[in-house]
Amino acid sequence: MKELVVLSGKGGTGKTSIVGSLAAIAQNKIMADCDVDAADLHLLLDPTVKEEYEFWSGRVAVIDEEKCIQCGLCQDLCRFDAISDTIDYFKIDPIACEGCSFCSHLCPVEAISMEDNLSGYWFVSDTRYGPLVNARLGIAQENSGKLVALVRQQARKIAENNKLDYIISDGPPGIGCPVISSLSGASLALLITEPTLSGIHDLERVLQVCNHFGVPSLTCINKYDLNEDNTKNIEDYCLKQGVAVVAKIPFDNVVTESIVQGVPVVEYSEGRVAVEIRGLWQCITETLAS
Amino acid sequence: MIVSVASGKGGTGKTLVATSLALSLKDKHDVQLLDCDVEEPDDHIFMKPSITSSEVVSIPVPQVDEARCTYCGKCAEVCAYNAIAVITDKVLVFPELCHGCGACSYLCPENAIKEVGKEIGIVESGNADGVKFVHGKLSIGQPMAPPIIRKVKEKANKQGVVIIDSSPGTSCPVVEAIRGSDFCLLVTEPTPFGLNDLKLAVETVRKLDIPFGIILNRTGVGDNKTEEYCRKENIPILMKIPLDTKIARLYSQGIPLVKGIPEFRNDFLGLFDKIGDNT
Repeated sequence: MKELVVLSGKGGTGKTSIVGSLAAIAQNKIMADCDVDAADLHLLLDPTVKEEYEFWSGRVAVIDEEKCIQCGLCQDLCRFDAISDTIDYFKIDPIACEGCSFCSHLCPVEAISMEDNLSGYWFVSDTRYGPLVNARLGIAQENSGKLVALVRQQARKIAENNKLDYIISDGPPGIGCPVISSLSGASLALLITEPTLSGIHDLERVLQVCNHFGVPSLTCINKYDLNEDNTKNIEDYCLKQGVAVVAKIPFDNVVTESIVQGVPVVEYSEGRVAVEIRGLWQCITETLAS
Repeated sequence: MIVSVASGKGGTGKTLVATSLALSLKDKHDVQLLDCDVEEPDDHIFMKPSITSSEVVSIPVPQVDEARCTYCGKCAEVCAYNAIAVITDKVLVFPELCHGCGACSYLCPENAIKEVGKEIGIVESGNADGVKFVHGKLSIGQPMAPPIIRKVKEKANKQGVVIIDSSPGTSCPVVEAIRGSDFCLLVTEPTPFGLNDLKLAVETVRKLDIPFGIILNRTGVGDNKTEEYCRKENIPILMKIPLDTKIARLYSQGIPLVKGIPEFRNDFLGLFDKIGDNT
C-alpha cells in the first residue's frame, strides 16, 4: 500500500481540484483530507458520512475565582500572555492558552484546573469513488498536526483492512505543523505549483521540507500557460533539484465550472485539463511502483 | 490602527490586497506591512524591501544537567507535550515537541534544568518604497509558526497604519496573526471552495470579536452564492476585483496590482475609508 500526499506550500494552487480528479481516476484507494482547518475535498466527492467521532485534544486552564488569592504568579510566569487581570480577578483567555498546564502546577492554592478540550470532529465516509476520511478542526483550535496524524492513521487502517493499493491525501498549505504531520512517512509527495513568483518561492520551501523528511517528490505545474517564462524557470529549477515535472495543466475555466457543479474536473470535461491529469496519475503510479 | 488580511482558503489574494493596500496608503499615512505568513512569506517578492535588520527567533527548550538530576521524573510529569521523558537513569528531550512554556525548569526540584534557545526562524525588517516592512520566516522542518508571528507583531507601531498579512486557514497561526486587529479583511473568491472556507474564517473573526468585511476577488467566474451569503449574514462586501488575465499576469511577475494598474489605487483608498466607517 502506497501513500501519496499532495502539497503546494502556497495555497490555492489547485491541490483539492487535482486530488478530486485523482480520486475519480485511481482504482482501489482511499482518500484522506489532511487539510483539517479548511477542508474542501468533500465538496467534490459528495460523501455520505458513515461514522463521526469527537476529537478531544489539548487542555485549557480554568481559574476557580473562589479559591484564587490573586497573587498573580500565574500571570507572571505564563509565556503565552493568556492570563489577564480584570478589576477583581484573574482570567484565562482560552484562545491564547496553549494548554501547557504550568499555571495549574504552580498555583499555591490549587485554584487552577485543566479542562479537556473538544478540538474538532473526524469522519469516515463513503463516496462514489471509495472511502474518505476527513476532519474538521474547531474554530481557533490548536493541535491541527495531531488531528492530521489521526486522519492518516485511520485512513491507513481502512486501507490495510480492505487491502487497498493507495491512500491519496489532500494536504494543507504552508510548511508548518500540519504539513509535517501530513508528510512524514508518506511514500511520495506531489507538489502542485503555479508559474508565479510566489508559487516558485513557496515550492522551493515545501520541497526543502520534503527533502528534510526524506520523502521523494514530483512536481505538477498548474495553469502553466499563465506565464510560460516562469514555467520554464520552474522546470529548470526542478531539473537541478532532480525532481521530475510530471504534468503541466493549462489554465481553463472548466476547472472552476466543475467546482461549481461539485464534480471532479475529469468527470466534467474531457478536454486538455482532463488529459493532463490522467497522464499525471499514470506518472504517479509508475513512480510508486518503481 | 491594525488591519489584518486573512482568508480561509489559500490563494484567494491576501498578498495582493495587503501589498496594494500598503502602497496605496503610504503617501497619506505612516504605513507598516507585517507579513505574518511565516511559513510561506511572499510579500517581499512584491515589495522588494531593503532589509536593514535581521534577528533570530528562538524558543527556550530544556537542557538537563545530568550531574544534578536525580531522575525523579517531575519534568516529564508536568510537560503537557511529552517533550521530555525520564527513563531510569536518562533524560530525553525532544525539542521539536517543546512549546517553551518553562514548566520543567521552574518546577525541577533539583534546579537541574536550564533553558537554552533553539532557533526556529528569523524576523527581518526594512523599508520598501516608503513602507516599513517586517516579515518572519519559519525554518525548514520546524513545526511551530506562532512564536515567530508574535515576534513580527512586536514590531507593530500602532500609531500608524499596520497591515498584517496572515497565512490561510483558521487554526493557531491565523489566530496569532489576526488577534488584536482593529479590523480584518477576509479575501475570498466566488466558488464553493471559497465560500466554504469563508464561512470558517467568518466564524474565526467572530469568535475573536474583530470587526470585518469581505473582498471578493476574481468576480465573473463561479457562482453568486458568496454574495447571497454575505447579504443574508449582513456582512459588507467592501471591494470586488474582477477575474482578469492582466491582473493574474502582473501577480505572476511579482508586480503589485496598484503599480501595474495604478487606477486601482483609488479603489484601495476607498477601501480604507470604508474600513474606517466599519470600525
